Parts: sequence; C-alpha cells; structure tokens
Amino acid sequence: MSRPTRQYGGFLPAVLVTPAVVLLALFTVAPAIYAVFLSFRRLKVGRGLLGGGKPTEVWTGLANYTAALSDHEFWASLGRMLLIAAFGVPATVVLATVFALCLDAKRARLTGFARLAIFLPYAVPGVVASLLWGFMYLPATSPIGGGVIDYFGTKGIFFSVANVAVWGVVGFNMVILYTTVRSLPRELFEAAELDGASEFQIAVRVKLPLMAPAVAMVALFSVIGALQLFNEPTTLKPLANAISSTWVPLMRAYTDAFVDNSIYEGAATSFLLILMTVAATVVVSAVGRRIGRAR
Amino acid sequence: MRQQRTRWVPTLILLIGALYCVLPVLWIVIASTKTNDELFSTAPFVPVFNGGFWSNLDALFSYNHGIFGRWVLNSVIYAVGGGLLSTAIAGAAGYALGKYRFTGSVVLFRTIVAAVLLPQILLAVPQFLLLAKVGMTNNYAAVLLPQLVSPFAIYLCKIYAEASVPDEIMEAARIDGGSEWRIFRLVGAPLMLPALVTVFLLQFIGIWNNFLLPFVMINDDHLYPLTLGLYGLMIITGGQAAQYSIVIAGVLVSIVPLAILFLSLQRYWKLDLISGGVKL
Repeated sequence: MSRPTRQYGGFLPAVLVTPAVVLLALFTVAPAIYAVFLSFRRLKVGRGLLGGGKPTEVWTGLANYTAALSDHEFWASLGRMLLIAAFGVPATVVLATVFALCLDAKRARLTGFARLAIFLPYAVPGVVASLLWGFMYLPATSPIGGGVIDYFGTKGIFFSVANVAVWGVVGFNMVILYTTVRSLPRELFEAAELDGASEFQIAVRVKLPLMAPAVAMVALFSVIGALQLFNEPTTLKPLANAISSTWVPLMRAYTDAFVDNSIYEGAATSFLLILMTVAATVVVSAVGRRIGRAR
Repeated sequence: MRQQRTRWVPTLILLIGALYCVLPVLWIVIASTKTNDELFSTAPFVPVFNGGFWSNLDALFSYNHGIFGRWVLNSVIYAVGGGLLSTAIAGAAGYALGKYRFTGSVVLFRTIVAAVLLPQILLAVPQFLLLAKVGMTNNYAAVLLPQLVSPFAIYLCKIYAEASVPDEIMEAARIDGGSEWRIFRLVGAPLMLPALVTVFLLQFIGIWNNFLLPFVMINDDHLYPLTLGLYGLMIITGGQAAQYSIVIAGVLVSIVPLAILFLSLQRYWKLDLISGGVKL
C-alpha cells in the first residue's frame, strides 16, 4: 500500500467501472462461454417414442471440432487466408514504414498533402472500399486494365483482396509509425549527420532500429486483421466467381451458422478462430520481444 | 550552410503512395458524373457534364421509396450514439482503473488487457447466437449494445489517465473538500479530454465501418447501416451492369462526407496515444 492516494475514492471507482464490467460480462464473456457450450452440443432427431420427432439438443463431445478439423475445406479456407496474409501483411508493414520514413526525411516536399492522401482510405469502410476496387477490377468499368488483367481469376483474386485490405489500413499504420519517429530524440540524427551519415543511412541505421517496437506492433495488428478477413471477400463475392461462401475462415463460420443452419458447427469454427488468434498474438509478440531484446 | 534542394526520392515515393490512395476515390467521383451508358463508353478519368451526376443521385435517393436516406440516418445513429456512449463508458472505467486501487481492480485490468487481444469481430457470430436465444436480435439495440464496450478504448483511457491526471492536483482538491465525484467531473474528465476525442473518433470509425455485426443481427432492411445497405444493393443489382451507376453514387455518398469530416478533424487525432500506449 505504498500509493495512498489510490486508496481513497469510496464508491466512486466501483460506480465508474460498473457499466464497463456489466457490458463486458454480457457481450464479451457470456457469448464466448455460450459459443464454447454450443460447440459441444448437437441436435438429435427424436425417435418418436415419447411425443414425436421433435429434435432435442444433446452433448456430443468433440464431434463438432473433429468435424471441422477433418474437413478439407476448413484447412483450405485457412490456407487461402494465409496466402492473402502473405501478400498483405508484409506489404502493409513495409509501405507504412517507408512512407513514415519519407515523411520524416529532410527536404521532402508535399508531405502535408501526402500524409492526408495516404490517410484518406482509413475513413472508407471496408465494404465500400471493396465496392470501389470492385469497379476498378471489373473488366467493363476498369480504368486499370481489367480487360487485359484478370483481377478476379483463381490466382489474381488473392492479390486483389489483399490489395483492398492494404489500401484500407496502410495510412493508419503510417501515421502511427510517423508519430513514433517524430517522438525520437532529434539530437541522435544530428549527431549521425555530423558524422557524415547520409539521409538514407540515418533512416535505415538510426531511425529504423529505434522504431522496431512500433513496427512489430503494426505487424501484430496486421496479422490479427488477417484472421478477421471477412468484409472484403464477402463484398467482392457477387463480382468474382473465384470466391466461395467458405473462402476464408470467418466466412465459413458465418456460412455454418446462417446458411447451413448449423449453429453448433458455427460455434466450433468461431471458437477455433478465437484460439488461433490468441495463439498468433502470443507467437508474434514473443518474436517481437525477442527481436527487441536482440537489438 | 545547408542546401535547400528538394529530396526527390522520398518526395517521389510519397507522391506514388498518395496517388495509389487517392486515384480510386477520384475515379469514383468521376464515374458518378456518368450515366450507365457513358460509364462504358467514355474515357475512365474524364468526367461528363450531361446531368448524369444529378440523375444518379436522384435515382439513388428515390430507390425503393428513399431507403438509402434511411441507411445514412441509421449509420449516423449507430456511429454517433455508440461512439459517444462507448467513449463515456471507457473514459469512466479508464479513470477508475488509472487513478484508484479498489477490490478487483488488478483482476479487472488483466481481463481487459486479455480482451484487447480478442478481436470483437470474431465474437459477432457467438453474440448473435446468444441474443437470438433471448429473442433480442433484429433491432437497433442488437447492433449498438455489443459495441458499447471496447477493451482497447478502456486500455487507452487508463494509460492516459495515469499519465495526465496528476495525483497532486487530486490531493489538493481533496484537501479543499471536493468529493471524489466532483474531482472526477471537474479535474479528471477535462484533463482526459484529448484522449476522449481520439477514442471517440476511433470508435466512430469502427462502428461506421462495421459490417459483420449488423450483417448477422439485422434482417429488416429499414435497420441497415450504410455498409450493409450498399452490400445489399450490390447483391441485388450486381448481376445487371445497368444498375452500376446507382451503386457508384451510393459509394460516393458514403465516402465523401466522412472523408471531409475526418481529414478536417485530423489535428485532433492523438495517435501517439496508440504508438506510445501499446508496448509489446
């Protein structure tokens, strides 16, 4: 109890956190627990001995999980998501870092305009961005050679979806990284300049290592973002035959629960996704910490 | 003597980046001036001034008895209402966690940090299953309630309260006889205002852009937000190229006001809150 000021407060702190606690319990914890509960249940069709064929809910153990995990399509949807992430995550991280460093470079011009322009897509909802790019890709309306390049082909589609996602988030990440560079001590750069380092060397050898934790954070957000991929492929689906209704994992969870009316398998898929997100977060942040320590 | 020459490499890289981000929006602005026939027959980046713009807007807002206006209004209700409420809830909780120690405060904060790592969007299907069980889907509350609490917003507010509301000022106010509530209202809340504005903008954009939650919760198209409405419009008209101009006008109307609003509010964004607040 070394910080006495923190102990006063009477009922106030409890009152202040109550709305947040109640809402967290009702809309984060309870749905997660309910999803876990449902994922171990299934419908059993009645035999008609006692009052007819009304299906009843029974425990089913891990059946829903083994069904999902042994389903080829589940792994295929994960693979497609990873392929999009393999384009999208490095592109987001590299572009955001390069733009942030260029904004901070001495005597670069038009930085105010560029900052606003690159940030602009953040104000565009994912669904709207997908429609926007959908028209850019569509052969009939494409101003970027959609008549020649097949943006909706079985291979091109991965690039096309990743591009919409990168377009939407690169500006936000750039601003985060730019704020980080601006907060670094200027004397370091001036000292490097006096030592004869070029602007490029200062950016790569001095600024970049100091930005590393923020770059790792941007990478983590991008990986988590990839696991949540849903809006872009769902919106592009009416335009692109290559996108199926179970194209990425979250689309599959939706299709399970709403199209196939199998809420039990939908719950199992949702919970598997949550587990994978937690695992990805732990791995990426552990790697980030190790890189940070190595420096 | 420093030379004042422009550095061309970073300037050029930034210009290419700006072009990449702006061109699709510019194309939509230009495409919205064209009727459907002109869309396919004229050069892509040359606008047409034959009244196509107004006839497209007219077609959009009169579509299905003016339902598009209703979608705009719904998005405003969801984003402004949800944004304000969730900011107030996060601000209050963040202040309490940052400035007081009370029963369960450590456990609560750890739970919130864990919840930050759990993307809310993955909970949309479970949230629907639970709300459907108690018959609470397909209304405004079904979309608003799950978005009222954001662990990330609480986390940011806690960090900011710790850093920007000095214990000394609170202590001085106590000695002057101020109640804890008065101290929160007159000292804590005003000092946290910059963080609250940023949190509001983040929440506003998050809710405005949300698609999956209304997608699973809402059946009635009168309750759709813009994102869902435009998606529905695309599904309905997607097969027919004759309807593209309506969707293009809808895309334009949903981008431009928000873009102007947010670019003009840019100096209120305190994103260093995020880059400084989150440590791996």
